[in-house]
Amino acid sequence: MDTGFSISLLDIRPIVPEITMVCAGLILLLLDLVVRKKEVVAFVGIVGAIVALYGTFKLYGLSEPQIAFSNMFILDGYANFFKLIFYLNVIMTIGISVKYMKVEKASYGEYYALLLFSTTGMMIMASAGDLIVLYLGLELMALSTYILAGLLRGQTRSNEAALKYFFLGAFSSAFLLYGIALTYGITGTTNISDIAVSLLTLDIVGNPVTMLGIIFIIVAFGFKIALIPFHMWAPDVYEGAPTSVTAFMSVGPKAAGFAVLGRVLFDAFGVMQVQWVSILIPLAVLTMAGGSIIALAQTNIKRMLAYSSIAHAGYMLLGIIAGTSIGLTSTVNYLMIYLFMNMGAFAIVIMMRREGFQGENIEDYMGLAKDHPLASALMLVFMFSLAGIPPTAGFIGKFYVFMAAIHEGYTYLAIIAVVFSAVSAFFYLRIVVYMYMKDPKESVTLTTSPSLSIVLAVTAMMVLILGIFPSILLNLVRYSILG
Amino acid sequence: MFFAYFAGMLTVLSVLVVTRRNPVHSVLWMLVLFVHIAGLYLFLNAEFMAAIQIIVYAGAILVLFLFVIMLLDLKKDESVRKFQNQWFLGLVIGLIFMVVLVSTASKITVIPPLGEYSVDAIKSEGSMMTIGKILYTEYLLPFEIASLLLLVAIIGAVVLAKRRIE
Repeated sequence: MDTGFSISLLDIRPIVPEITMVCAGLILLLLDLVVRKKEVVAFVGIVGAIVALYGTFKLYGLSEPQIAFSNMFILDGYANFFKLIFYLNVIMTIGISVKYMKVEKASYGEYYALLLFSTTGMMIMASAGDLIVLYLGLELMALSTYILAGLLRGQTRSNEAALKYFFLGAFSSAFLLYGIALTYGITGTTNISDIAVSLLTLDIVGNPVTMLGIIFIIVAFGFKIALIPFHMWAPDVYEGAPTSVTAFMSVGPKAAGFAVLGRVLFDAFGVMQVQWVSILIPLAVLTMAGGSIIALAQTNIKRMLAYSSIAHAGYMLLGIIAGTSIGLTSTVNYLMIYLFMNMGAFAIVIMMRREGFQGENIEDYMGLAKDHPLASALMLVFMFSLAGIPPTAGFIGKFYVFMAAIHEGYTYLAIIAVVFSAVSAFFYLRIVVYMYMKDPKESVTLTTSPSLSIVLAVTAMMVLILGIFPSILLNLVRYSILG
Repeated sequence: MFFAYFAGMLTVLSVLVVTRRNPVHSVLWMLVLFVHIAGLYLFLNAEFMAAIQIIVYAGAILVLFLFVIMLLDLKKDESVRKFQNQWFLGLVIGLIFMVVLVSTASKITVIPPLGEYSVDAIKSEGSMMTIGKILYTEYLLPFEIASLLLLVAIIGAVVLAKRRIE
């Protein structure tokens, strides 16, 4: 029997960036055996990511969306922009982790390889044209992150983080598979564009099976982007994992989750927008409220940032709820801005860590401005941005998401979001108050390294530049998504 | 009838696997469970899947399970109670979940168009041939990603187990 299918070398072209990332990961594994200095391994990792970034950039100019491997893989502006987020995420994570992993006595070469593999998983998710590819990409991303979370084997809380993340992650994968199975059962296909066609031709838009399929898929990605009530793992895992890994996974998997959510809901279930919006609205409200309110009570800064990232996921969801390409643009824009401000905040948290001192309590920041004015000023910028105070980029991100929601008639959602945004300002600004208006309990020495300083400079600059000239980023996002 | 037997047995066996106090018993029940899953595949005309299920799961993975149990000394853990008092809550949630699924499953009214691999098409070629062909053409990309997944799993096992705790 002829399958009527052939693979040509042209199919390889769209996945060159992914192949580059995998090769870079494999090179790192081998390099780790011969090179003693882990800085070299880290540097090669960054080079690998940059080469892949260049590949994506080369493919970026191609105007038509590329489809490869019999519709399994889509390369369009949307996927490319998300890949840009993933590259920046992994490059900056490597930048902030070189010194930190040494302090934690966990300076392994495999660490960098796993970061690259995890990023490859995210890239596959963003480009997935088929639910099966999407699932495999998700597992590749998640499996690498489970291992990274448990890398500090000597620490109980790191082990706990890895185990918790693994069990709940496996649980959410089961939900995803259930959702995929139900969708496949009713539509007869796992291909994202074919699902959209089947929904109309078979007239199953209101069918309970389709509904349940969507619900399961949303639940599964709710776990990954930590929406309340699927957020239970986030605080413990964010606290227990090595801080650099926390920074990595508070941006990467979240962005990948949103990439997939946007792709599946808009492209596959676009005709069922009324239904999935009604599922997402209560989730968004709960997430914004819960994330902001519980964060008030935290004393550990990593836990606080965990709840803050939960709340931010709620704001980002508003763009998806708006259900228009403008809404999607605003969410993607927000994700890019969140990458910079969150990475910057974690870079400061990492600087506080030195041998024999965790530096994770909020009280450790008391009077930091006296000894370290520059670090405090940067932290101030990041906290202002996370709280959404102009002229920082965080304000711009929130502004466009809220505008998109209001534009589609969800004014009450935007009002709720603004209220909880104001609540969240309290715990962000508390750090600022501690740094500038309290006396230091003990003098703190910061652990710095050149790569960390570069990351800090870049993130702070981007937060300010994008805050003052938002059109730079917004035009890029619009060009990518709308064409 | 066949399906009812297999489905019922699978449920009973799964419960047995998680409730046995002795881990070796659990693993042996799991063996029976895997054989039943293989039976279900046979019932669906997928004899290759059934064979693979027996060889890979019952043959290889369960032996590994038994090895691990032998290597770890679990005598102490056997005396510890496995479940906290939340089993009732779990049961209620599970039952609600079942009701939702059953009531939804009964709503399957439309039959999606059948793909090109009908039972007859597979029979004329053999299921092994068909699977092999699809796996290396249409599903080449997922197949390769799965290999990457296994690589990451191996790296993870080495990274987490090899290093000495300082």
